[in-house]
Amino acid sequence: MEAPLLHLALVGTPNSGKTSLFNALTGSRQKVANYPGVTVERKEGFFVTPAGRQVSVVDLPGTYSLRGRSPDEEITRDMVLGRTSGETAPDLILCVADATNLRLTIRLLLELKNTGRPMMLVLNMFDIAARRGVSVDVPKLSEALGVPVVTSIAVRKGGIAELLRRTDEIVAQEQKPIGPNRWQPLTAPELRATQREADRIIAAAVTLPAKPDTWTARIDAVVLHPVAGLFILALILFLMFQAVFAWAQPLMDLLSSGFDALGQFVHDTLPEGLLQSFLQNGVISGVGSVIVFLPQIIIIFLFILLLEDFGYMARAAFLMDRIMGGAGLHGRAFIPLLSSFACAIPGIMATRVIDNRRDRLTTILISPLMTCSARIPVYTLIISAFIPDEQVWGWFNVRGLVMFGLYAAGIASALLMSFLIKFFMLRDYQPAPFMLELPDYKLPRLKSIVIGTYTRAKMFLQRAGTTIFSMMVLIWFLASFPQPPAGATDPAIDYSIAAVIGKTLEPLLAPLGFNWQIAVALIPGMAAREVAVAALGTVYAIEGGKEAAEQIGQMLATKWSLATALSFLVWYIFAPQCASTLAVIRRETGSWKWMAVTFFYMLTLAYLASLVTYQIAIALGAG
Amino acid sequence: MSEQTDIRTSQPLGLAKRGYSGVIQHLAVADAASALTGHELESRLIELGFVEGARVEVLHEGIVGRDPIAVRVENVTIALRRREAMAIIVA
Repeated sequence: MEAPLLHLALVGTPNSGKTSLFNALTGSRQKVANYPGVTVERKEGFFVTPAGRQVSVVDLPGTYSLRGRSPDEEITRDMVLGRTSGETAPDLILCVADATNLRLTIRLLLELKNTGRPMMLVLNMFDIAARRGVSVDVPKLSEALGVPVVTSIAVRKGGIAELLRRTDEIVAQEQKPIGPNRWQPLTAPELRATQREADRIIAAAVTLPAKPDTWTARIDAVVLHPVAGLFILALILFLMFQAVFAWAQPLMDLLSSGFDALGQFVHDTLPEGLLQSFLQNGVISGVGSVIVFLPQIIIIFLFILLLEDFGYMARAAFLMDRIMGGAGLHGRAFIPLLSSFACAIPGIMATRVIDNRRDRLTTILISPLMTCSARIPVYTLIISAFIPDEQVWGWFNVRGLVMFGLYAAGIASALLMSFLIKFFMLRDYQPAPFMLELPDYKLPRLKSIVIGTYTRAKMFLQRAGTTIFSMMVLIWFLASFPQPPAGATDPAIDYSIAAVIGKTLEPLLAPLGFNWQIAVALIPGMAAREVAVAALGTVYAIEGGKEAAEQIGQMLATKWSLATALSFLVWYIFAPQCASTLAVIRRETGSWKWMAVTFFYMLTLAYLASLVTYQIAIALGAG
Repeated sequence: MSEQTDIRTSQPLGLAKRGYSGVIQHLAVADAASALTGHELESRLIELGFVEGARVEVLHEGIVGRDPIAVRVENVTIALRRREAMAIIVA
């Protein structure tokens, strides 16, 4: 008889290495979704133990206690207590501790014991601890805590063998009845008592080195230095954007010519007609023009994941806390805002680490102003078409500088908005506390980074395959029907529904320098920004034939003035974000009102900023 | 406990300079003008390891108003603002 699926849950403080252990256990067999009704990310993975038992493991949000201060922490508490509806209570809790830093985890474990659930303590990163001179008397620790203790090195091959073996052992033992749940929210004196108890147990079973980690101290002396630290932070961000622009190019060229070849193949193989046009102009050039940006998106996520795993993100929050505080933002908002450079959706979801509602709301409202990766296609296309590829001041690329400028404009406007929100809407604002652990630096591990990047890339491709694909089909349809009458001399698109819509909107957008083709592209651009590029591709492809589709950048360079191009770039700094971002804002704030506020304030900003840009550019003779 | 610690007068950690090191005497959450309630602030500080008897050292200060501060508490480093650190009485 097949044994039922064994349910494990990983619990631990933030920075305990839970996620690397999760990756080591499950590899790429992971499922990322949300818990029902809330937007907390639910990460589940599967593996088989050496004894052949099928196991499901969930990676619960990191927490220092079971008090449940935020939605994430409530999930951890409710899952551990078996209170989450539709979720199986864990058969075994793996309490994960960074072996170099046991103090806070042991306190959490003592609190977890009150739940009565079977538990095992996993001393992760045991190799690093040993190297630093931390020595743990494992049997003694296990005896003092009253739970099994295993050591693991999640990042090394075979480093989790003991963990697997002990899991099998525990499962094979006669099932002890699950103890009664005696857990209640702890009072301050009780918390204090458990911390004292934890300290006593650690003193008895663990020998700590006299000196803290010297590498972390040395790096922090520079990285957290008030002046050098900020300089390094700026340098890292600048490098990131240069990398996105420069390193990705060869790969993008490769993808781009691949799609061109595919389009050409379809063109040559199929007879002239609607099907050929649909596949070549609608599907291949549309979806292809978005997938081309995969390398850039991978690079952005790679940077964010590397910085996160290295331990730099918390330092960045430390450096930025007071500076962002001047604009009414919390230091913790730095991480969500930085994630928003990849995509506003994970960014907005990451605002859950901010437990003050007002700080959180402000961060949510401004995170779409951070330049998300979906804007990269738009920026890249326009920049390569209109900005010369030249070097200035030695090794700076002008295009890279313009890109940096667009990012900087996004950041500046976000800070300004935050200041205005604080000033006008949330007057009786009181700064929420900033308390954050600065973990010791760790070398990022390839496997974790690869799995993380892969998951994100997959999400991007899925989006390209669903939302973007369906929008492209719609655009192609609007741009192709009704078909031109027989003997028509104008380009086919002039007779289409798209042209009607575009020309209706044109008067409204003319002061911004936008023609009707742009107006057509802007509409699907609200579903997903990168679609705007694809839509321009489709519109001009149907208008100009296949040569235009292959060379959309050069095509635009002949059709648009510099002023229009600049205005279009500025529009996309502020452009009302994609429909999925709006949906997430609605979900995270629990109100339609804030979603509407976000949409309209961004639309207004976009219109005004483009208007000013275009008019100034015209006045300066760039028309 | 060294002699030096014994003769030092107690002070809030929120006023300590970079390089200061001492031992936590008690938590005085009413003294901190934090946005949190006393109970919440106390609970959080304890959860991050700020309990009586723990050794603390101020490792780093931010650029604006020397705030926030990075504090070594036993073998963990915690960043917090001076406003909240006022609740931690050290000597």
